[in-house]
Amino acid sequence: MTDDVSPTQSFSLDGDDLPFASGETILQAATRAGRYIPHLCWHPDFAAHGSCRICSVKVNGRVGAACTVQAAAGLEVESNTPEMNRQRKTLLQMLFVEGNHFCPSCEKSGNCLLQATAYQMGMEGPHFEEFYPNRPVDASHPDILLDFNRCILCELCVRASREADGKNIFAIGGHGMGTHLLVNSASGQLGDTAMSLDDRAAHICPVGVILPKRRGFVIPIGQRRFDLKPVSQQREGDAT
Amino acid sequence: MCPNRQSSLAAAPELQRLLARYPPDPHALLQILRELQALQGWLAPDALGQVASELGLTLAQVQGVAGFYRFLHTRPVGAYRVLFSDNVTDRLLGSEALLADLCQRLGVVPGQLSFDGLVSVERTSCTGLCDQGPALLINHHQVLTRLDPARVAHMAELIRARVPVPQWPAAWFEVQDNIRRADVLLGAPCAPGAALTQSLARGADATLAEIKRSNLRGRGGAGFATGLKWELCRQAPGTEHIVVCNADEGEPGTFKDRVLLSRQADAVFEGMTVAAHVLGARRGFLYLRGEYRFLLEPLQAVLQRRRAEQLLGTHILGQAGFDFDIAIHVGAGAYVCGEESALIESLEGKRGTPRIRPPFPAEHGYLGHPTLVNNVETFCAVAHIAQHGGALWAGIGTPKSTGTKIHSVSGDCARPGLYEYPLGTPVSRLLADCGARDTQAVQVGGPSGVCLAADEFERRIAFEDVPTAGAFMVFDRSRDMFEVARGFAHFFAHESCGFCTPCRVGTALLVKRMDKLAGGHGSRDDLDVLFELDRLLHSTTHCGLGASACNPLRDTVLKFRPAYEQRLQSLDFEPGFDLDAELSIARRMTGRDDAAAHLENRT
Repeated sequence: MTDDVSPTQSFSLDGDDLPFASGETILQAATRAGRYIPHLCWHPDFAAHGSCRICSVKVNGRVGAACTVQAAAGLEVESNTPEMNRQRKTLLQMLFVEGNHFCPSCEKSGNCLLQATAYQMGMEGPHFEEFYPNRPVDASHPDILLDFNRCILCELCVRASREADGKNIFAIGGHGMGTHLLVNSASGQLGDTAMSLDDRAAHICPVGVILPKRRGFVIPIGQRRFDLKPVSQQREGDAT
Repeated sequence: MCPNRQSSLAAAPELQRLLARYPPDPHALLQILRELQALQGWLAPDALGQVASELGLTLAQVQGVAGFYRFLHTRPVGAYRVLFSDNVTDRLLGSEALLADLCQRLGVVPGQLSFDGLVSVERTSCTGLCDQGPALLINHHQVLTRLDPARVAHMAELIRARVPVPQWPAAWFEVQDNIRRADVLLGAPCAPGAALTQSLARGADATLAEIKRSNLRGRGGAGFATGLKWELCRQAPGTEHIVVCNADEGEPGTFKDRVLLSRQADAVFEGMTVAAHVLGARRGFLYLRGEYRFLLEPLQAVLQRRRAEQLLGTHILGQAGFDFDIAIHVGAGAYVCGEESALIESLEGKRGTPRIRPPFPAEHGYLGHPTLVNNVETFCAVAHIAQHGGALWAGIGTPKSTGTKIHSVSGDCARPGLYEYPLGTPVSRLLADCGARDTQAVQVGGPSGVCLAADEFERRIAFEDVPTAGAFMVFDRSRDMFEVARGFAHFFAHESCGFCTPCRVGTALLVKRMDKLAGGHGSRDDLDVLFELDRLLHSTTHCGLGASACNPLRDTVLKFRPAYEQRLQSLDFEPGFDLDAELSIARRMTGRDDAAAHLENRT
């Protein structure tokens, strides 16, 4: 990404002019300008993925993922509209019923991007019937717990382990509703990998799948990142 | 040959020989896994580990690919693996009863391995044999057509006696072409090399100009202008250009590419070679769907003959510097790989997940090279245009939809098979020609296409009216259009790649609601939820699979609403289960079945 923002290059986000640098996506430009477009699978340090679709926006009347659509001069982008937020809420509800999410007892509560985004979108219930999948926990690693119940398949851990840690600890397996996170070892257990608590992948999970052990409630629920300020009022990349 | 069930360690030399035939290249992964499974029956963990280390991949990456494709198995499967084609046309012809009959005769439950490891019986998506169904696929290799109770009974005996599949009655494997109406594409095949000679004489620039003059639009469904696509790819900078023929004909109800590959393989390869000439490409791939595995050897024989005839290889037709060859990649059961960027991922030996676009394959495709992807029928048309000129093609059809189009006709009609017409032909003409009577609806273009009711039969099949990728499924008035839509909902959920939220979860929710309606527990609220899913999937999915998953639902609710309303219990919310039925276990355990053991009003 370059910083040579040309003042003549801009697009419209919810009616406001937004400058962008060439090569930037709508989400990159919006984030740099401090504008909030809800997202889960996107992270500024990694290439766009486009899987969660929470950042869906209307671009010149057609819906696209803000993390993958290239910014271009003159685009009319609608993001914070009742229609788009309603669709986002439905997508979030889909993610909630697909996995097993028990926010009140989850140690990631208050630090969870999924939970914070659901609050932001006014989600009050699951709306759809729950799938209640059977996803056993992997506690084999001395320092890290994997609770697959909350996995939303954003692949941030896959990307972080591959690109930042150079370890390729994770991969995606299966297909359709059976799509799931794989751990790279003969046993399939995290304890048999070279994963370390110092890895980038150990801290990138936007939900509560990858959890450092013995740290869960060091900061009490109620005083955590998204307990203090809603996700829309925080800068991307703020420490969790 | 039926795959033996040796342990992978015993088969290690086989694996070594297999790996030796491929360069140690991760992009060969899918082909290696497919062939390894053909040798060993399934993909055992230690074999996957060996493949991973040979190719420089992690075990999890290899497991991820193996787990993506429906025809690859990471758990033991039956020595006989029977997959019933599960398109609605197979069901109309009685496939469900035949499946139940076979299972009963063999003592197996659908989807489960028999206790002795001999056989497993399951359903698979459309196998592309709708004009001669019910069909099934056995051991991911042979296809059986025109099943009936006698064949099923005999088949059960052969399986129990462990007779190898190639020794079964040859008539069972007969695949007919059923060409009912031929025009330029299905007519007499051109002499091999005729189109290529013309385009070499004309030159690359003039050949491209002819393609553009023809106004040919891609036959894969999207209908992008072929000449423009070629031009964009040709202009895209890169060290080499790649030509890919998409023979992943997965749209339920479509089987025209199967016939073109059997009858007109020379025209398909010739069209690809013309493209190579225009683009300056040296490498080409035919991506053949796994269901058409039985076509592999005949196609390879055609490639071999064309090499001998100097129509492929180096110095094609004696022209120095014109070097091009074609390799065949066989898929492994994944409908989404028909999407061109997913197809390229699959060619690269990965999970067939559609890529973010742009960049489009024409600029950044196979291994990052500019890649031209066209459908089988498109390349046939190209061969015709290269030989006879673009003006002739442009003179057929309508101004916006030039040329002919092949329709795969199946369902309730006297003469299913292939019908080639100029574009612009009304639906009623096809119905009359195929001998359809008392027709209620036609599904044009497969589940992702459009469902037409009787008052629309004068509409014309053309890009400007009813576009199609080729399927034409006929339903008479005895058919339940709700069940048709429910079958298609199951299809999309089964074939979702699982990458994006709306498609992965939405198609599964769609199935849940349709099944709830089918179970008689529907309410108005369920219809509202279905409409909500339709709107959401149509706009937010990553690729066209999810976007079109609700099309059959939307069309049938709109046009055949009584089929839905008769399934509604009430207008208010209705739970998806029967509370009284849930109590049956408690009744059984307590030995009670008196009125007081039932819920009120539910005796």
